[in-house]
Amino acid sequence: MHETALSLPVVLPEAVLALGTLLLVLYGALRGERAFHLVTEVSVALLGIVFLIVVWKSRPMGITFYGSFADDPFTRFMSGLAVIGSLVTLLLSLEFMRREQIAGFEFPVLILLATLGMLMLISAKDFIALYLGLELMSLALYVIAAYRRHDLRATEAGLKYFVLGALSSGMLLYGASLIYGYSGSVAFSDIAAAVHDHRSIGVLFGLVFVLAGLAFKISAVPFHMWTPDVYEGAPTPVTTFFASAPKIAAMAVLVRVAYSAFPGIAVDWRQIIAFVSIASMGLGAFAAIGQKNIKRLMAYSSIGHMGFALVGLAAGSVEGVQAVIVYMSIYVVMTLGTFAGILMMQRDGKAVESIDDLSGLARTDPTMAFYLAAMMFSLAGVPPLAGFFAKFYVFASAIQAGLYGLSIFGVLASAVGAYYYLRIVKVMYIDDPAVAFDRRGVVASGVLGLAAVLVIVFVFAPSLLTNAAMAAAQTLF
Amino acid sequence: MSGSWILSSLLILPLIGCVCILALPTGNSEATRRNARWIALFATLITFVLSLAAWGRFDPAQPGFQLIEEHAWFSHGILYKLGVDGISMPFVLLTTFLMPIAIAASWGIEIRVKEYMIAFLALETLMIGVFVALDLVLFYLFFEGGLIPMFLIIGVWGHGNRVYAAFKFFLYTFAGSVLMLLAIMAMYWSTGTTDITVLLKTAFDPKIQTWLWLAFFASFAVKMPMWPVHTWLPDAHVEAPTAGSVILAAVLLKMGGYGFIRFSLPMFPDASLYFTPLVYALSVIAIIYTSLVALAQDNMKKLIAYSSVAHMGFVTMGIFALNAQGVQGAVYLMISHGLVSGALFLCVGVLYDRMHSLEIASYGGLVQRMPLYAVAFMLFTMANVGLPGTSGFVGEFLTLIGAFQSNTWVAFFATTGVILSAAYALFLYRRVVFGVIEKAGLKTILDLNPREIAMLLPLGLLVLYYGVHPQPILDASSASIDALLRGVAQAVSATRTAGL
Repeated sequence: MHETALSLPVVLPEAVLALGTLLLVLYGALRGERAFHLVTEVSVALLGIVFLIVVWKSRPMGITFYGSFADDPFTRFMSGLAVIGSLVTLLLSLEFMRREQIAGFEFPVLILLATLGMLMLISAKDFIALYLGLELMSLALYVIAAYRRHDLRATEAGLKYFVLGALSSGMLLYGASLIYGYSGSVAFSDIAAAVHDHRSIGVLFGLVFVLAGLAFKISAVPFHMWTPDVYEGAPTPVTTFFASAPKIAAMAVLVRVAYSAFPGIAVDWRQIIAFVSIASMGLGAFAAIGQKNIKRLMAYSSIGHMGFALVGLAAGSVEGVQAVIVYMSIYVVMTLGTFAGILMMQRDGKAVESIDDLSGLARTDPTMAFYLAAMMFSLAGVPPLAGFFAKFYVFASAIQAGLYGLSIFGVLASAVGAYYYLRIVKVMYIDDPAVAFDRRGVVASGVLGLAAVLVIVFVFAPSLLTNAAMAAAQTLF
Repeated sequence: MSGSWILSSLLILPLIGCVCILALPTGNSEATRRNARWIALFATLITFVLSLAAWGRFDPAQPGFQLIEEHAWFSHGILYKLGVDGISMPFVLLTTFLMPIAIAASWGIEIRVKEYMIAFLALETLMIGVFVALDLVLFYLFFEGGLIPMFLIIGVWGHGNRVYAAFKFFLYTFAGSVLMLLAIMAMYWSTGTTDITVLLKTAFDPKIQTWLWLAFFASFAVKMPMWPVHTWLPDAHVEAPTAGSVILAAVLLKMGGYGFIRFSLPMFPDASLYFTPLVYALSVIAIIYTSLVALAQDNMKKLIAYSSVAHMGFVTMGIFALNAQGVQGAVYLMISHGLVSGALFLCVGVLYDRMHSLEIASYGGLVQRMPLYAVAFMLFTMANVGLPGTSGFVGEFLTLIGAFQSNTWVAFFATTGVILSAAYALFLYRRVVFGVIEKAGLKTILDLNPREIAMLLPLGLLVLYYGVHPQPILDASSASIDALLRGVAQAVSATRTAGL
């Protein structure tokens, strides 16, 4: 791939996003609280433009900033996915923020900054760029988590996330410095050249710390403790954001670090990933069973889903990476759809979050119940919905790699997990109706409807996604 | 290839019915309910007629797959491929034949009729898909997809303890099937395709066969259901609405047996032979134990459910006899049991619609008020017992002959099941139909109405017809079954030679 010192076309999405964000900050600072609407709408448009630039085919690919920043099919696929997550989050937040009277222009700006961090993170080719992107993303996320600053739960969530997040960043940094010390470089390609089969214990230590830092961001067990509290405490659009875009970015960089920097010691990191994966699938399956709050349930569900996605990484093959990409794509659609549904749960202008509030939804609002049920069956991985194919790909790659124990544990965990998704379907379809929700917001019902249609029709043309994912995966090999 | 659209049409037609019902105005008005019922009935009837057309084009003398359709689906080796052979064709017809009857049995459903009919039509597509899929992933998709509508049918329109039953049904089957999914993936990686026609010709290593066989067994044994994983069935049957029970007993239970014949025997012949004693043991336990359990039931549906488990024991025994009589008998018994158990659940449904009770003790002396009903119930009870002259006899007799050739003791113990089945079935019949009417509510009970006669008459005629003239089903399946068993015998002897 072409390598240059500085190439504008390669960094065009990041440049446009950074510039636009700064202009919006200026505008917001001058106009104050009233700017929320305009800033949000412009942000959505900006993200739309960035998305188009990211997927623009004739834009040249390449490596720039002296080898620290790569624009390749993998970057483009994952960046596009992350931008979609941010964009939909912003759309969903418009109505909610106004209703809850926490509309400030800082919110869209922080989302944009976090997205900028994600794009840098996904493109990072060395540990310095990785850390810069990660911190830009994380600092914005810390603030967003505590965005409702007068609310006790939200501030607790924000503080918890910040303390644990700072710790994990520190671990990542420490790991990176160890790796630098023992391999002599921070660039992934140089590390890969330096670290072969003769493993030095220092590099292994560094690897463990780096993986721990990244596992925190995707909320994989045992670095998941922050997830339920933050999911529950943060305003729902913020939770939507946490569940979607940052997970994609962190998963992307995890995959890239594993394959670009440490292909020589794949045996070692595959073991770690397999353990993290098993722990996440198990915890996600069992801990969600007793939850009453739907956001908390989704937190455990997302922990479980990260475990499933990591199965693909543990497989250590190009099919495995393809499976991770397919999984994350389908996961983000299901997550955005489900949270759009949760955003629609409001009575008398107040958001409600208990699973019991969905009682008898099939009779008060059959359309929404049908869409949400499709989401639940898909999250559970029941064919013919898209969630099944996500699991199919990761487990197929694991079987190919001979990880039979991991696969058997994983599919049984998915059978256990099916219970709590079914419970939501049962509440909606079998229980007696509660008071109907307020009239549905146009955006939220649109997002939920679109997501439901996507998971249902995926079965008719799966190769559209799987071929694109394969093309993206091959760039790492 | 000519006629290559016909199987896809069978899958699409019920879905078109779904879309039509979906387009009806929302709400539960009388007009909507009526339209939903009629659309569902027409959709299932047209599907049935079309399946007869497929039957007409089907050549039973040819052992291979026919009416094949093939399209690209996933990029590598996973196809949208449909086709039927002599083993699957009877099951397709059974499904399409029973669906209009099930819809007719649901005429009395008054709540959420639209959703009900949509669930049933979607279920029909998925059931037909199971029998016509010629790709393992596609098969799995239909096999598992059926859980969604059935979960809702039991959970939403079922009786008192329906939530428990629906969860149990779903989780049992789901947990059993995921292991099969892993086996499918393992087969995919070793052959590069999930095309069933290719996999049928692939000889898997005997050591791997054992694991693959066990994974498939986990799924099919739950679906069948075999002792000791049968406990979901009585719950599901008792709580499901009448039509749900009919479809569950008549079609869903047959997927396990179909799976054994289609996949386990021809793809893993060595493992099948190796595990035959296990299957025999489980079958005999199922036949004797669940028959005894059936004898002790107070609930009509539960009794028939346990009797289904016992009959499925005959089926697994016949399949693993690994000879022509056994496997043909198993297919025959499955078809016959589909008709008979379906009809028995309809008979119970007739009573439930009138009295809203499933307890045997709530009835007695019905013959005095319901002579037609008593005749119909008698016919199906006798067919369930396996009286010569009914279709039940042919199947049981053939499976016993098959088992006798391969293992006399198994056949001996299984035969006691025939006596036990006569005991519990006649005991049920006596308590419900004979005696004097003592309950006040029964004094005004009405006999079968024209709709119910129209439901039961075709079933009764078929049960009698296939009882005295079994040739049509046997002829249809014999070419395919002979080819299958030849393949199994060759594979087993090849392994033996290699081992020596």
